[in-house]
Amino acid sequence: MRTAFFRTLLDLAAQDERIHLVVADIGFGAVEPFAERYPDRFLNVGVAEQNMIGISAGLALSGKVVFAYSISNFPTLRCLEQIRNDVCYHNASVKVVAVGGGFTYGALGMSHHVTEDIAILRALPNMTVVAPGDPVETEYATRALAAYQGPCYLRLGRAGEPVIHKQGIDFQLGKAIEVRPGSDLTLISTGGLLEIAVQAAEALEACGAQVRVLSMPTVKPLDQEAVLAAARETPAIATLEEHSVLGGLGGAVAEVLAESLAEKVLFKRLGLPSVFSSHIGDQNYLRAAYGLSKSGIVESLKSLLDLVRK
Amino acid sequence: MNPASGKVLRKQKLYPSLAKRIRQNVLQMTHDARSSHVGTSLSMADLLAVLYGGILRVRPEEPDWPARDRFILSKGHGCAGLYAALAERGFFPRAWLENFYQNGSRLAGHATHHGVPGVEVSTGSLGHGLPMACGMAVAGKRGGEDYRVFALLSDGECDEGSVWEAALFASHHKLDHLTVIVDYNKIQSLGAVKDILSLDPFIAKWEAFGWSAREIDGHDTDKIEKAFKEMPFKEGKPSCLIAHTLKGKGVGFMENALLWHYRSPDVEELRRALKELDGGEE
Repeated sequence: MRTAFFRTLLDLAAQDERIHLVVADIGFGAVEPFAERYPDRFLNVGVAEQNMIGISAGLALSGKVVFAYSISNFPTLRCLEQIRNDVCYHNASVKVVAVGGGFTYGALGMSHHVTEDIAILRALPNMTVVAPGDPVETEYATRALAAYQGPCYLRLGRAGEPVIHKQGIDFQLGKAIEVRPGSDLTLISTGGLLEIAVQAAEALEACGAQVRVLSMPTVKPLDQEAVLAAARETPAIATLEEHSVLGGLGGAVAEVLAESLAEKVLFKRLGLPSVFSSHIGDQNYLRAAYGLSKSGIVESLKSLLDLVRK
Repeated sequence: MNPASGKVLRKQKLYPSLAKRIRQNVLQMTHDARSSHVGTSLSMADLLAVLYGGILRVRPEEPDWPARDRFILSKGHGCAGLYAALAERGFFPRAWLENFYQNGSRLAGHATHHGVPGVEVSTGSLGHGLPMACGMAVAGKRGGEDYRVFALLSDGECDEGSVWEAALFASHHKLDHLTVIVDYNKIQSLGAVKDILSLDPFIAKWEAFGWSAREIDGHDTDKIEKAFKEMPFKEGKPSCLIAHTLKGKGVGFMENALLWHYRSPDVEELRRALKELDGGEE
């Protein structure tokens, strides 16, 4: 996703002189092409995230479209108030970009686990929150964010995720993408777990269950229509995210379902409990520890399907 | 006000009279609103008078004029003074000041740009203004534009680390069209700056961060104007003007008193304060 993001950003920058890249001394091996090609539109502010966001807001209020880039929780939680007051309140065109969503940097430990960001950023007025599921979605999302006037948060994984969307997609901010059709259960996934969501759906198909897989790159504004359609058309919905089950995609979908009087549907949030990881290991190891491996997801969905059949 | 009429007005002692009107407004506003932060608005009144009376290149009839100088009140709690200055310069009707901070008002208790012509950015949490000012200054410099950027900070605000992140940035990028003014009234929320978290040696800190800094009597409008006209103090460096001020300046019983960071004047106190501003004995 990181590769797709920077490739797309370079492409966009060639067409739109307003585009700036501001980093806080992060991005070795990734930011150099932009910095070399567009030195007047690149800033490395040093290890100073509050300043990075304030400067980005000042640039945006001067007519620029600013991508403020870092990793982990550094460009979000470290400078949350600057995002709230300087960016969101002024509706400034700053796109906060973080590589390292979820357990991307698993073995680096708690400080680098990005597991509450969606919930926190989603709560901010004017903020659009996007977590692409693969490099294709990342490219479309980057283009959409550059064209969108206002604050955005782009939550990426790492570099090297597989392409899930082998054919072209119709990507729109605020719209779900159906990856697989199905009528027994809908699995709604955001972010880099999309690959495993599809694998889990394929495994369940072998067991006779047809699982609809929706990729939900935009968590805010949420595609309520797609959620309600799933509630009408399938007897159960599960959400999937490499994030706390509090307030992220699961929370957002639950809000829509709970306020919908018309639709009754079984519902389950798959994600991380609200704890700091007590395990040490890489991304796949930690995902498995919290039931987010393929087999863990299959087990959870089987339990949900059993409830449907009762 | 066009530049020519500005010159005429300055000859007629524009600054002291504008500063006085700012102070009168601030006292009336904080009395009507029963709001706090009167002392901080009074301490910077002379600075605002010079900025809005003769230094800032702004068009009240066209507040978003692209070539305007940017002024950021980073100490957003001093907004009563800013709103008063803007109203006096004609950015919006003086009548707006009458329900400052009250239900249904346009004017919140910290500087708010929403629906308020002339307020460059919203502030209220300390340490936000200078980074935003740096962003605007970089945009102007790289775009070949000649507008200047001013950020007015409080002394207590300089406890915030983000101020110093931005201070490093500004000198590194040689933002010599950027100016910080510190309203150094020596009192912060819970007491004297020197007792809570000393800034000394203050000017040396700015210089060590790569700024060209000067100290000045923040109530001497002639000297303030002279300093602004000599900016940048040094080519290639951002300028810092440390303005030594008195919290509550202009009203004897409010001067240098922590109480008036919080208290608003009652009817009798307002009468006494306005009388003193008019030159009467109290």
